[in-house]
Amino acid sequence: MITRLLEGVPRRGLAMLAALLVLLLAFPLFASGYLLAIGFLILYFAYVGQAWNIMMGFAGQLSLGHSLYVGLGAYAAAALYVHFGLSPWIGLLASIGTCALAGAVIGFLAFRFGVAGVYFAILTIAFAEFARIGFDHFTWVRGSSGLFLPVANYTENDLWNLRGSPRMFYYLMLALTAGAFVLCHALLRSRMGYYWLAIRESPEAAQALGVNIFRYKMYAVVLSAAMTSLAGVVFAFYYNNLFPEQIFHISRSIELILGPIIGGIGTLVGPLVGALLLTGLAEGMGELLLALGVDVPGVKQVFYGICLLLVVMFLPHGVWPPLARKLGLER
Amino acid sequence: MLAVRNLSKSFRGLRAVQDVSFTVPQGEIVGLIGPNGAGKTTIFNMIAGVYAPDSGSMLFQERRIHGLRPDQICAAGIGRTFQIVKPFAGLSVLDNVMVGALLRERTTAASRALSVQILDRLGLGAKREQPASSLTLPDRKRLEVARALATRPKLLLLDEVMAGLRPTECDQIVAVFRELNRAEGLTVLLIEHVMRAVMALAGRIVVLHHGEVIAQGTPEEVVRDKAVLECYLGEETEV
Repeated sequence: MITRLLEGVPRRGLAMLAALLVLLLAFPLFASGYLLAIGFLILYFAYVGQAWNIMMGFAGQLSLGHSLYVGLGAYAAAALYVHFGLSPWIGLLASIGTCALAGAVIGFLAFRFGVAGVYFAILTIAFAEFARIGFDHFTWVRGSSGLFLPVANYTENDLWNLRGSPRMFYYLMLALTAGAFVLCHALLRSRMGYYWLAIRESPEAAQALGVNIFRYKMYAVVLSAAMTSLAGVVFAFYYNNLFPEQIFHISRSIELILGPIIGGIGTLVGPLVGALLLTGLAEGMGELLLALGVDVPGVKQVFYGICLLLVVMFLPHGVWPPLARKLGLER
Repeated sequence: MLAVRNLSKSFRGLRAVQDVSFTVPQGEIVGLIGPNGAGKTTIFNMIAGVYAPDSGSMLFQERRIHGLRPDQICAAGIGRTFQIVKPFAGLSVLDNVMVGALLRERTTAASRALSVQILDRLGLGAKREQPASSLTLPDRKRLEVARALATRPKLLLLDEVMAGLRPTECDQIVAVFRELNRAEGLTVLLIEHVMRAVMALAGRIVVLHHGEVIAQGTPEEVVRDKAVLECYLGEETEV
């Protein structure tokens, strides 16, 4: 299994990945609380970017409503915890189930009735908006006044109930990100991966080669939704408060796709690089400007815009593909 | 192996194919020829499950294939190429073929082995790591054939795969099909404008004009047929 996973991976790439993993594992040992929070955010965006990438980067289906799955996942686990004291590890089963079902419904509607391209993207936005407005009036989860998780000072990390220090959340997110990376790597080498890429490149040709494109597109949507829901669970227990207006908002959907776009759509490393660049640099620059005594609101958004603009203009395939060539990792 | 009976198809009132019947016997190579717009590709698309015929029936190995999706048709054993090539441009040549091979091979390793073998056979072996987008048009046509062959079809539908090829390249592909037909009993239905290829390959020819069959028979019979000569060369007139 492991030897098959490693087959054909360039030695250098493997060494770099190992170095990166060691760095990420050691990071909390010397990082301040603030840096740790940024580290968590980077990993969070790397993970959801990876999940989104399965749909768009692999199977070619543009979702602009992934905040739906973050939100549903977060709410499902948080509500079960608040109301019934259920551990998030049990709650995440509900999160995964809910999101997989939501993904399946959207996918079925779209793929059965030939909704594709931009129209598919609009459909995904519509469902996220339904959820945003619907949850505003969903009193079981406190509607628009927000769902709060009980917060107390914890002397030790309670992994079972996900109550604990930022360091615990950092490592949890790191485990998820690493797991998603390995999973996507394995998927890309499987029948599923080949079929997804074929569908992305030419659905007609894929179908003529015996690929059931409906089924494989459904797999992509459901898997992507289920993976994204896990990020929602961690999000809920990390921030301890959920507001429909925030978590389902379209800006959240956009925010989470910027990483893979900047990093390189359809690449394994793209979402990581993108998250590191966007979150790391944006936060870093905010700090730098603050230290220089410049306090300009919205500077982060401007930075996002400039980054996107530069990448679209000069690196249409994202930062990773040319970077990989520079590092000698290109096949 | 394939029996098409009274097939008709109209597009918004334009009769593309009308009452077409022909058979492709097991192990034969049948050519489908006719001027542009005669309905050849439309017939292909109906057999391949892209369009549903308005009327008529299609039997493949005694099984009705009317109403099956393209992927089901392919799984049933009919492979096809596209006249306007549709490579998976972002994938390597090898990966393009592997998508087809995965239909019947159980593992990616077995698919890779089969794909390499097919690419070598079609003279694309040296280019297998290149992205498909870097191929020239004749190579893209070969890639179409390679992908379709990788699905291990019993019947192969070839839509103008020789167009744009040099005569020597054309002969090379003809030799490949001959060999597949002889050694593996592959049945072929081909649409072709390059008469050199049709004459060399096909044991039977079906001639279409304005969506109707105007002649069918052996190549020798067809080239002497009056209706065919008229449609290709115009009527004989006294000057």
